[in-house]
Amino acid sequence: MSIVTLEHATLRVGGRDVLSDVSFAIEAGEFIGVLGPNGAGKTTLMRAILGLISPSDGSMNVFGSEPERGNPAIGYLPQLRTVLPDLRVCGRDFIASSLNGERWGLPSLSRQDRIAIEATLEAVGAKELAGRPLSEMSGGERQRLLLAQALIGHPKLLLLDEPLISLDARHQEVAIDVIRRVCRERKITVLFSAHELNQLLGTLDRVLYLGNGQAVLGTVDEVVTAPVLSRLYGTEIHVVRASGHIFVMAHGRDVERTDHLHDHHDHGHAHGHQHQN
Amino acid sequence: MFAYEFMTNAFAAAGIVAVVSGLVGYFLVMRGQTFAGHALSHIGFAGATGAGLIGLAPLWGLLAFTMAAGITMGALGERLSNRDVVIGVVLALALGFGLLFLHYYTSFATQATALLFGNVLAVDHTMIATLAALGVITIIALAAIMRPLIFASLQPELAEAKGVPLRFVSMAFLAIVALAVSECAQIVGVLLVFTLMVGPPAAAQRVTTGLWSGLLVSATLALAEAWLGLTMAFYTDWPVSFCIAVLSAFGYFACLAAPQGSHARVHA
Repeated sequence: MSIVTLEHATLRVGGRDVLSDVSFAIEAGEFIGVLGPNGAGKTTLMRAILGLISPSDGSMNVFGSEPERGNPAIGYLPQLRTVLPDLRVCGRDFIASSLNGERWGLPSLSRQDRIAIEATLEAVGAKELAGRPLSEMSGGERQRLLLAQALIGHPKLLLLDEPLISLDARHQEVAIDVIRRVCRERKITVLFSAHELNQLLGTLDRVLYLGNGQAVLGTVDEVVTAPVLSRLYGTEIHVVRASGHIFVMAHGRDVERTDHLHDHHDHGHAHGHQHQN
Repeated sequence: MFAYEFMTNAFAAAGIVAVVSGLVGYFLVMRGQTFAGHALSHIGFAGATGAGLIGLAPLWGLLAFTMAAGITMGALGERLSNRDVVIGVVLALALGFGLLFLHYYTSFATQATALLFGNVLAVDHTMIATLAALGVITIIALAAIMRPLIFASLQPELAEAKGVPLRFVSMAFLAIVALAVSECAQIVGVLLVFTLMVGPPAAAQRVTTGLWSGLLVSATLALAEAWLGLTMAFYTDWPVSFCIAVLSAFGYFACLAAPQGSHARVHA
């Protein structure tokens, strides 16, 4: 059964077609690596699946019907934002805020809610972490907490937007391991957006590569090739395979790595905005 | 001290306002919108002097201007309403207008000090009743939006995905802040609303990481600082607002210096 299907769909944000006339289908239980340069539409695609953006053309289906906001079958881990330095809410209360957070009135937790929170913390090994304030957590710890939160309510589809960003290499490995283990156990379909393909090579089933308004879904061998990527990047791309690694090069430079640097720059901007809040 | 009616009145009024300020201020600090709260009080100053010009009580001008400004800021969206520069320019403009209104209504000048720095010792029974009514409205409104407010403050992207109307929550919250600012300005004046709306909640967030415990500590601290400030003013003859400002700063820095080991928390 297809979990997410796009048929000739166009996703438009702020007057720009981020994805145009795109078609693909993601099957149940697949682990999909979502790759592509900045602005290729990774976040836009996830927001569309969440029902926050409707296709301006073509059609889109999630679990066989039109995407709708607040679908409990979808777990979402937004791209990490800098936490306010003054934000001294502890991890457990942070997670608790998301449970029925859309209802009006005073916050309250039922016994089942508490059990669900403890169970999900247990599943990702974040139990001890949850008593500490967010402002004192490292990027990796915060990411683990957010993953725990995304898993509450046993979603069937998990959207992870750049979960590896701002983690060092060791913590990236740990994060991938935890996500893979939990998602395989629970047979969750995963969309995992990232900058680096290599770390995900052993984990992903198929790659969804975005770029130039287009999207190509397939196995790594089908998608990560010079002709396909040249089309997506709009420039001549070489794909170099060496000792189990794949390097995507444009004009002799590693595309993923330069992208990553660029993204850190972007992240710096996000910092600025946060501090102004 | 309590033999004087103006002191019992002042204790009642300051008590009501301190609790409201401590509760609303907790969310202001959590959302990182303290500067917006400050701007609202300055805009309120223009409203208060403007009301004097047309013969209305300053409180109503204060309320009208802060509410209008709060709802507008919320409607403009998080991005814009949080920009320091925009807020700074608008608050300077508001103070300028306040000055203009004063200029055309010169007999109002003595009340300018009261507006800017508060005049809790001149509070009468009518004002206490008004403050109590406004306080109840503020707290009921805050309680009504508290759950989505916390969610939207901590995790806006996720809250949006789950169907929380972010803009409405933001507008409603800033309207609530406007109410609280208007009340707070009656006690400590528009320039010193930080003493009750930011000092206590910021101190509370240093000593506890739980939501309910934080709210409790924040309101209690605000109340203690307001009442202690009144007592201090009574015995020293210093201005009340000065005493509250000193206690507020002292409370915050004491909590900042306190050991960070205590992670006491209450389940939300």
